Amino acid sequence: MSDLSKLTIAKARDGLTKGDFTSVELTESCLAAMTANKGLNAFITETPEIALERAKQSDARRAAGTVASGMDGVPIAVKDLFCTEGVLTTAASHILDGYTPVYESTVSAKLKTDGAVMLGKANLDEFAMGSANVTSYYGNVVNPWKGKDGKDLVPGGSSGGSAAAVAGDLCLAATGTDTGGSIRQPASFCGIVGLKPTYGRCSRWGIIAFASSLDQAGPMTKTVRDAAIMLQSMAGHDPKDSTSAPHALPNFEDALKGDVKGLKVGIPKEYRVDGMPSEIEALWKKGANWLKDAGAEIVDISLPHTKYALPVYYIVAPAEASANLARYDGVRYGLRVDGQSIDEMYMNTRGEGFGKEVQRRVMIGTYVLSAGYYDAYYRKAQQIRTLIAKDFTDAYQKVDVILTPTAPSAAFAIGENQNDPLAMYLNDVFTVPASLAGIPGMSIPAGLSENGLPLGLQLLGKSFDEETVLRAAGVMEQAAAFTAKPGQ
Amino acid sequence: MSYIIQGETCDWEVVIGLEVHCQVTSKSKLFSGGSASFGGAPNDHVDLLDAGLPGMLPVVNAHCVEQAVRTGLGLKAQINKRSVFSRKNYFYADMPLGYQISQYDQPIVGEGTILLELEGGKTKEVGIERLHLEADAGKSMHDQHPTKTFVDLNRAGVALMEIVSKPDMRTPEEAGAYLRKLRSIVRYLETCDGNMDEGSMRCDANVSVRPVGSDELRTRCEIKNVNSVRFVMQAIEYEAQRHVELYDEGEEPIQETRLFDSNAGTTRSMRSKEHAHDYRYFPEPDLLPLDLTDEYIQNIQASLPELPDERRERYVNDFGLSSIDAGVLVAEKENAAYFEAVAKGRDPKLAANWVTTNLFGALKKIGKPISESPVSAEDLGKLLDLISNDTISGRIAKDVFEEMVENGGDPEKIVEEKGLKQITDTGAIEGIVDDIIAKNPDQVAQFKGGNEKIIGWFVGQVMKMSQGKANPGMVNKLLKDKLSD
Repeated sequence: MSDLSKLTIAKARDGLTKGDFTSVELTESCLAAMTANKGLNAFITETPEIALERAKQSDARRAAGTVASGMDGVPIAVKDLFCTEGVLTTAASHILDGYTPVYESTVSAKLKTDGAVMLGKANLDEFAMGSANVTSYYGNVVNPWKGKDGKDLVPGGSSGGSAAAVAGDLCLAATGTDTGGSIRQPASFCGIVGLKPTYGRCSRWGIIAFASSLDQAGPMTKTVRDAAIMLQSMAGHDPKDSTSAPHALPNFEDALKGDVKGLKVGIPKEYRVDGMPSEIEALWKKGANWLKDAGAEIVDISLPHTKYALPVYYIVAPAEASANLARYDGVRYGLRVDGQSIDEMYMNTRGEGFGKEVQRRVMIGTYVLSAGYYDAYYRKAQQIRTLIAKDFTDAYQKVDVILTPTAPSAAFAIGENQNDPLAMYLNDVFTVPASLAGIPGMSIPAGLSENGLPLGLQLLGKSFDEETVLRAAGVMEQAAAFTAKPGQ
Repeated sequence: MSYIIQGETCDWEVVIGLEVHCQVTSKSKLFSGGSASFGGAPNDHVDLLDAGLPGMLPVVNAHCVEQAVRTGLGLKAQINKRSVFSRKNYFYADMPLGYQISQYDQPIVGEGTILLELEGGKTKEVGIERLHLEADAGKSMHDQHPTKTFVDLNRAGVALMEIVSKPDMRTPEEAGAYLRKLRSIVRYLETCDGNMDEGSMRCDANVSVRPVGSDELRTRCEIKNVNSVRFVMQAIEYEAQRHVELYDEGEEPIQETRLFDSNAGTTRSMRSKEHAHDYRYFPEPDLLPLDLTDEYIQNIQASLPELPDERRERYVNDFGLSSIDAGVLVAEKENAAYFEAVAKGRDPKLAANWVTTNLFGALKKIGKPISESPVSAEDLGKLLDLISNDTISGRIAKDVFEEMVENGGDPEKIVEEKGLKQITDTGAIEGIVDDIIAKNPDQVAQFKGGNEKIIGWFVGQVMKMSQGKANPGMVNKLLKDKLSD
């Protein structure tokens, strides 16, 4: 039964319903795959006891005819940025040493209520800051895909553990969070589906904050349908998060029923960046043609402020992070490195507790908010952010969705870009604008690079119109017929 | 009432602005469900957010917002329909988030005014610059352990209103009057209990001096967290004198934060401008801007109680009280309520006189607040009734009142039991008057000889003989009639 972990959520749902296998069998298959693939370093904490207990409960519910949802009995990985009651929660940082929350994040609590089985806490970039999952205190994650030269590759980041676990069939699906591309870019690097919902669609309560105005939880799955099923369990208004939207939830899976006839798909000219590999350009064109063949209309559009998105993001996100990470001071929980005075204790604790990338961003954030620099950096960035959002609002007067590549490259080797933060930041060039605008974005595996590595295409939608994104993604998924698996 | 400090080269006046932190009266904290009540064992009233745990988010307490708007309306201030919470960033062990959630460039309440009552019935208007909402910090305890500091987070996250005045005050007395008036207003509104000794009202004073006649604003010092009206006045007095002395010596004060030492009556430097924090304010991304509708503001306006200024005016216009007496009565809400209970259906001037003179005097003597007065408003009212219907004289009433203060009780019963009822029987008084006239021919002769003042002596004798119970009016009339015969 070891192949059960390769199932999609939808297939598992069918199998469980028919009684072909139990949640316990499904879970055991995943646990075995996790053990066999420890080398990927996809998990920081494995929770087999919790998983088997929840699987048993799920099987009992099924036997009693009280199945909670389409996720009931489905084993998933939970990014270790979601606080989980009684389970070590690290944000992949040394500074949260030994931190075990007494509360469960809203999103993981909703998944639990819906019957999902948590296998463990997935590795990530420290405090979700990174695009290659190399900043984790618990070591880098290895992409299950290998290039022709056989080198170990990064899975992307920051939800690298989640992406690797899904791509390597260690679980059926995983939660991710996306601040500037942290769901979509690793999904692209690992050949899976990743959906960043509209800002406000999923509650941020209990998710360790990186940049509050950008952070958003979303599903990382093997198929578009699975993303719809899982989003259903993750989304919804939460009075504990003032920025969560009080909108009623549609049935996301129903959105897959329609077609894309007459759908207007925008192709933004500003996303043809210098140095983008021609194979990505070609794949982008191919994606447009798939939609066109299915009856959609392709429209050239302009998002004029796109080139400012990356600099704006690397001002706004670190600014918020510099404040969000101020609570890690060694006073109440996590790591404390003593000193002769309280200031020295702060410096020792934060100096040892935070990795280099986190320190870099805290310092950038502190700088851009400082007296004398605020207007030139933070205020200006917020003004441009408004213009970037307006670019999209204007574009959506003409089109229903926008198609772009997800990332400017395929997965790269571990160690590459390591000493060049700017090159690393460029990974987010296509994903960051949607984050700044708060609109939904989704990466769908669309093809393989010349080196045999997966490449994703990104669909962006209107605010709170994940349904159209899912429908278009479903059509593309079918046309792409992406069946490649790592290690084949 | 000018307050001028004579320097060596010129005369100086003081420029004072006050920042007052008022703890909002509320069951729970500004952004969490943690209890906002005073006291409790350390860290008893701490919610997940108050402890700054990862992933926790603030949610604005609607009641606290309403209290801030209520206070703003009570200060006749502009209510800003859109306000924004901001993060004020700095590290301190008792501030778990590493930032204080406050309001910066868009506070909930804008400009308003407050009317001060000064000595001699004078008044002065002081401008309010703004009122904003913010979360309090916790408390660091340095005296619990030889080398460690302990932290109590009970107060962390409790809602504060920071009320900032314009630099409109010129004397320590005005600053004192400002604090008392502000306290009176928030107590009337029930938005803050105003207890400075429990720290639910705390004052920072900004002080500078300038040559009389100048309108410049010179370097100011901020004196932090002074915890009584008297101390605020003392601190200002000391600080102003210090500035003048510096200028006299050819030096200048430096802009800094100072602490008041109430034992020494002096201020000392806490941190200078160079060491001032860069708070790196930016809009709190975990909260949406606070948008208020006209209807919401109007509903609060409609529910405002009568405030001290309006009440004083009513006492003057409707009751004919003097502005000073009215001012004394309305300053504390409880006093005003007591007075109104006594005055109801009675002569308000008589009631005011008894409350401000006899009752307040007695309370001061026994050191009790009006809420613990041994004489209830109902009983004092009864006492006034006994005076008005001539059952007892004003003099006897004072004795009865003393008895009430000492042992409590119903004045009617005291009068009854002690046989203090006024003698209003003409025959009985006439008997005493005749007796006195008969026994004192010398004094009668003096009267007849033109010394009419001596009638006072006769009244005294009659009162003495009746043990004070004879109706003084009747005694006077009878004596005049009989002596003039």
